[in-house]
Amino acid sequence: MAERPLVGELLATLRAIRWPLLALLAMVVIGAFAAPGFIGVELRDGRLFGTPIDILNHGSKVAIVALGMTLVIATGGVDLSVGAVVALAAATLATLVSEQGVGWPWAMAGALGVGLIAGLWNGLLVTWLRLQPIVATLVLMVAGRGIAQLITGGLIVTVREPEVSFVGNGAIVGLPATLWLLLAVAILIAALTRRTALGLFIESVGDNDEAARLAGVPAAAVRLIAYAFCGACAGVAGLIDCAYIRAADVNNAGQLLELDAILAVVIGGTALTGGRFTLVGSIVGAMLMQTLTKLLYMLNVSAEIAPAPKALVVLAVCLLQSPTLRAAIARRLPRRGGDGAPA
Amino acid sequence: MRFGHLPIGPRDVPLVATAAVLIAAFLAGAIRYDHFASWLVARNLLVDNAFLGIAAVGTTFVILGGGIDLSVGAVMAFTSVLVARLIEHGGVHPSLAVLLAILIGVLFGAMQGALIRLFALPAFLVTLAGMFLARGLAFAVHPESLGIRHAFVAETLNDTLAFTLPLGRRGIMIPFTVVIATATFAAAWWLLRQTPFGRSVYAIGDDEHAATLMGLPVARSRIAVYALAGGLSALAGVVFALHQQAGDPTACKGLELEAIAAVVIGGTLLRGGVGSVVGTAMGVMILGLIQTIISFEGTLSSWWTKIVVGALVLLFVGLQRGIDAFASRSRPVTR
Repeated sequence: MAERPLVGELLATLRAIRWPLLALLAMVVIGAFAAPGFIGVELRDGRLFGTPIDILNHGSKVAIVALGMTLVIATGGVDLSVGAVVALAAATLATLVSEQGVGWPWAMAGALGVGLIAGLWNGLLVTWLRLQPIVATLVLMVAGRGIAQLITGGLIVTVREPEVSFVGNGAIVGLPATLWLLLAVAILIAALTRRTALGLFIESVGDNDEAARLAGVPAAAVRLIAYAFCGACAGVAGLIDCAYIRAADVNNAGQLLELDAILAVVIGGTALTGGRFTLVGSIVGAMLMQTLTKLLYMLNVSAEIAPAPKALVVLAVCLLQSPTLRAAIARRLPRRGGDGAPA
Repeated sequence: MRFGHLPIGPRDVPLVATAAVLIAAFLAGAIRYDHFASWLVARNLLVDNAFLGIAAVGTTFVILGGGIDLSVGAVMAFTSVLVARLIEHGGVHPSLAVLLAILIGVLFGAMQGALIRLFALPAFLVTLAGMFLARGLAFAVHPESLGIRHAFVAETLNDTLAFTLPLGRRGIMIPFTVVIATATFAAAWWLLRQTPFGRSVYAIGDDEHAATLMGLPVARSRIAVYALAGGLSALAGVVFALHQQAGDPTACKGLELEAIAAVVIGGTLLRGGVGSVVGTAMGVMILGLIQTIISFEGTLSSWWTKIVVGALVLLFVGLQRGIDAFASRSRPVTR
């Protein structure tokens, strides 16, 4: 496979994500003017502090889930269960460490394993039972949180291990550990999808399942891998969630996370109908959601009301990306050359 | 595909299965626990699930038409707190407040429908955003629970609409919420079975392209379905507020999932075109029975409800898949 020139690739990526990137920049500029201290960063005890660092820290969790969700959406599916899987993974980690006395590396592996199994379960329902993705993942969305409560006995299980806490609160080279985790997940997925044929397979399945299958793409296996990845990513997010608050609170862990993740993917420019996807776009989308959330808090909008303006922004971005609206606008505008009569 | 001359095809199997599960759940409770098969338990089943039932009727319309509505719970919370605020702080008469709230629900639903239909945005995305919007607006109306103390709600409403059934030792009082829910189900049944609108909902859900070719008003019906669902969500929220005598912006979180579960368990196909409100009524009753049984059991925690509901949804969508595969194999290939 011929290497594409690096600069060209970079420019193409920037072109693909120009709208969410512009929105993010606009948000930062508004924040800088509207809320004092919005863009300030300072170095204390060898690590960076400030609102942008905060956004990166919290946005990383959403971004990791969004990366897994990107693959699922690219196959033309959707995973509504990620929030429940986050709760499941957090419950597994906390219970294994605090109540079963399992060493933290094994407990973390266990939590990731639970995420992976949950993803495989979703994938099997979609590929083997051929259920619609919304329905297949709805099952785990409803039951998953119940199972998580079963694991913890309905209690909030606290975690005292400093190694676990480090994942959510620590810093490496001045930057939050979660950001490094996001980087690791992003590089892993990018390597798997952009340096092997997997990415192409995923896009072909999402674009036209039947055509992909006839062309020899193992469509079912590709879908299964996408859902498994998404589950594992939700497992990582569960790990972060548990580490950040040093406890597994299954009633609140990952609550509404599926919405933030789906919206991050859509804002990032991956079409919900499947096909082409952009990983960088999803990360930008997740950071955009987090920046908007933070900006609203700093403007003294209460955490409860904040979803309303968020929803309006999301609808606006979706409308801008809607081919129907673009076609309608294009019809109204006179074409270059001046001979464009409205059709 | 029909079995002999019986008016039962493979498409009706889910409904029969639903009825079987309903009867089995009731018998299991009745055999296992004393006092389970009593009028009081039956009454509480109706009272506790009245607003879920109303919301589930709206979800039935949307799913029959091949769509999905995730904004139900949030719209309910919004209208409940809006009604409370209008009555308590705005000095508006309750009947006017209720009408206003339902009108806003209809408009909200129509806007969602317009976005879905006119801009070809996915239904679950638009209604997801609608859910965020309505939940945020609910808190903007009033940040916490707000009691309704108006005499019309506390006395007049119950006096005129509630009635006592001559059952059991002291009779069973049926509150007005159950009356409204029953009327909603009856109206929905009539709308789906006896009107052109109902027929076009089924047709669009079954095959939108074919419905367009047949000259049915696809765009108008699509938007109308979401408007109707929005209105019914608002009505459910109003009933919730009047029943609790309070509006609450945190109320009904995740109720849309229960409504979808009730519809699916009630035998309505999630890809649209097949189903009925009769099935939905049974689905709501099954969900209620599961909750009742788990509370009768005592030692089982409430989170078992979620697990059992999840398993039931899986069972029924699996059943639907099997029937679909069976039906398409025994029919000549058309596509």
